[in-house]
Amino acid sequence: MSKTITLTFTLNGRQVRLETRPGTRVLDLLRGEMGLTAAKEGCGSGECGACAILVDGTAKLSCLMLAAQLEGREIVTAEGLGTVEHPHPIQASLAENGAVQCGYCTPGMTIAAAELLAHTPCPDRGEVREAISGNLCRCTGYVKIVDAVMAVSRTTGEKNS
Amino acid sequence: MSAFSSNSSGQRFHHRDTLSKAVGAERYSTDFTPPGCLWAGVKRAGVPHARIIAVHSEEARAVQGVTSVLTRADVPGTNRQGIVHKDQPVLAGSVVRHAGDPVALVVAESREALAEALACIRLECEPLPGIFDPELALKPDAPLVHPDWETGNLLARGLVDKGDAQQAMQACEVVVEGEFETPMQEHVSLEPPNGAARMTAKGVLEMIVSTQAPFRDRFEIAHALGLNPMSIRIRAPYLGGAFGGKDGATVQCLLALAALKSGGRWVRMDWGREETFLAGYKRHAARMRIRLGATRDGVLQALESTMYFDSGPYAHLGVEIMALGLEHSGGAYRIPHTRMEGFCVYTNNPVGGAFRGFGVVQAIFAIERIMDVLAARLHMDPGELRLKNALRPGEQNCAGVAMQSPSGACECLETVMAHPAWADRMAWKAKAPPFKRRGVGIAASCNAMGYGRGLPDAAAAKLELTREGNFKIFNSVADMGQGNAPAFVQLAATALKQEASRFELVQPDTRLCLPAGSSSASRTTYTFGNALLRACEAMREKLIARAALFLLVDEPNRLCLKPGEVADEATGRSVPLSMLGAMLQRDDRICVDQFVMPVVENPPDTGKEFKLGFPHVFFSHGACLCAVEVDELTGQVELKECVTAVECGRVLNPRGVEQQVQGAAAQGAGLALMEKFSTQGGRILSGDLSTYLIPTALDLPDLECATVDGDEPSGPLGLKGMGEVGIHGPAPAVAQALGDAVGLTVRSVPVEPEDVLRALRGEKS
Repeated sequence: MSKTITLTFTLNGRQVRLETRPGTRVLDLLRGEMGLTAAKEGCGSGECGACAILVDGTAKLSCLMLAAQLEGREIVTAEGLGTVEHPHPIQASLAENGAVQCGYCTPGMTIAAAELLAHTPCPDRGEVREAISGNLCRCTGYVKIVDAVMAVSRTTGEKNS
Repeated sequence: MSAFSSNSSGQRFHHRDTLSKAVGAERYSTDFTPPGCLWAGVKRAGVPHARIIAVHSEEARAVQGVTSVLTRADVPGTNRQGIVHKDQPVLAGSVVRHAGDPVALVVAESREALAEALACIRLECEPLPGIFDPELALKPDAPLVHPDWETGNLLARGLVDKGDAQQAMQACEVVVEGEFETPMQEHVSLEPPNGAARMTAKGVLEMIVSTQAPFRDRFEIAHALGLNPMSIRIRAPYLGGAFGGKDGATVQCLLALAALKSGGRWVRMDWGREETFLAGYKRHAARMRIRLGATRDGVLQALESTMYFDSGPYAHLGVEIMALGLEHSGGAYRIPHTRMEGFCVYTNNPVGGAFRGFGVVQAIFAIERIMDVLAARLHMDPGELRLKNALRPGEQNCAGVAMQSPSGACECLETVMAHPAWADRMAWKAKAPPFKRRGVGIAASCNAMGYGRGLPDAAAAKLELTREGNFKIFNSVADMGQGNAPAFVQLAATALKQEASRFELVQPDTRLCLPAGSSSASRTTYTFGNALLRACEAMREKLIARAALFLLVDEPNRLCLKPGEVADEATGRSVPLSMLGAMLQRDDRICVDQFVMPVVENPPDTGKEFKLGFPHVFFSHGACLCAVEVDELTGQVELKECVTAVECGRVLNPRGVEQQVQGAAAQGAGLALMEKFSTQGGRILSGDLSTYLIPTALDLPDLECATVDGDEPSGPLGLKGMGEVGIHGPAPAVAQALGDAVGLTVRSVPVEPEDVLRALRGEKS
């Protein structure tokens, strides 16, 4: 129980070095010791997606990852995507398009959407639905979430064209 | 009637809370973990019915880091919780009545120690025979859930009637009947129940909880634990969803007990998802027998219905939910003679409770299904049959209450019937791809708003002009995601003619905010909104009166509010709000007012058993169409279109209405096709999100929403509540659509592929 390891990884653009127990869940490490509460616990068993983070650019469920798996990786949480003052386009779009109700699933949703848009800048609605299908939302019926991601993709698409 | 775009006079409006939520900066109660806090958790019985012989906790006490292990003997006060009927123990001491009953509470320095200790607690008990069906529970020889309850397992019986249904039924040219069931449903708010608590040095029990009823919680905790309610302070930050699942004590009493025994340290309690399935409240499963009589040309004459609600082992809000079930048994229709009888019954199943639609979901499913049977018998179009009988303003609903205007049942039906998915359905069905069949269904609904007669549906609002000349709204009703918080800002900004950015919203805090009822019953925006508008009017009068002093104007009424100032248009002079804020004493910067929702003035002489919550005076209305495509090979049902029209008074913020309607329709679609809450002998078989499936983004089409403009004169700026009305449509509309597609007779939901395959093979369901 008391054995600890030293980890080095990048968290939201900053190099982090810390000691922790190797079996600590990444979700607990983030929310507890790191004080980053954007990733939420909705189920603790990989079903809901509320705890999603980007690990080397891929959306992962932090409730299913152990601290030791962070070594050398690049981690981005919803806080790392953007802030109230400087939101990521997907965060701004979700907020502006009525896609946020209780908001508990939203940080995880931003991670899934950000991963999608990084690989597929102009997805169709079906691709958006597939990309966020691992993220449960009980409030919105998903329509406005899909709308919001599509709105970003249009903006990005226009910029690219 | 309106088109399907954003069609209202209202403006789209978004509040900055959406951005703080999106970037992960908003702090929910689950994000409040004070340094050095303790962790509390509960050992649950795991057996549905048993006599407790002992709770062995010695090993748990010995686990390093455990600070206390509490059992029934450690609970001060009555140990009884419950909103209306107090029959639920905080910790079970003598009898276990359902598998989720808590038998020991552990507090520890870390979550690891907590988990280890909980695993060591052993319940020694003698199993008792259980009862798991509400009708069987009423048999004379059924095992008793509460042996000392004088009516056996019958928690309550209710009767609501009007005219003479029996005689009218006999005179009917056509009578149809059926038996229908709706299952337990799990809320699955993404944030599970949780909170933090501590005793302060001054003896105040301070709590931060994910709750729908911070003001009421104080009394529930105080009663259960023998405390002074006014020594309890509750704060309710934004909730990560609730839908009724946090209406009533979840963690509250347990957490308060843990804090009482923790020497002033903060204690956190987080229910896991599986614990929430096990111990949280469920939508009541219901069985309904219904007879409907009509003339040969389809004019409804008589209704008889009997509803059995499975309350589980505790009353919680079961009686009140049954009252709404009976009150909505006739749906959105004009039926002269009615007799609705209900039985709310104790069993050893999970605890029934509030869930969006509060008894109405069950009732609407039954009446809409029997309307389909009638339409088929009469060879009538199901839409036309509904339209012919839909309640119009001034007409009496099934409980004998006249619909006050507006009553948009007809307009909602006309709206969805004009939608291409209904109007052109024959052509769409004919174009089904190979091995697919298509069907379209329609349903009407209504949902009462507010608590109803017998319980004051009241709210008091406080509004402060800050020293800087901005405004602080002290919100008294929790925002569980339905968006009442931004709605309040919009109402106040409109009333005071200020930019929304000038408003700060203080979330419910029983020390800072004024009392209001729960965040439930589609009441928050109406009730608190009205109180807030009154406070705004008081603020307007105050501001112009004080500004008049500055401007030496002897007719304050000629002054008007403008963004950031009070202006005198006659002279072109003005006083900035910042100057007023700096000048006035705090007492003078605050305005408070209150509102109590009206009740039915001359209630019908029926439903006397229901002291609380019957009848209602205001209703929102809705209609829904669902188009489905069935795979002949697999039986899979795909919801292709779901269109909901609602009449909820005046629409101030079309996006807010769409959000609620889409979310409600998604939950209704889940109920229709996916959400199978399975139990066997009181044990939950679908106890997590891998076995209890709710819709994902791939399971739903782009849910459409249309609004029918109304104007409720008593509502804040004309609006009514609409959080619930959107949930009713999908289950009956999908059921009808499956009848249309494959001839399936749906008597219960969710419909599963096996049911569809049986229908395709021509087997009776």
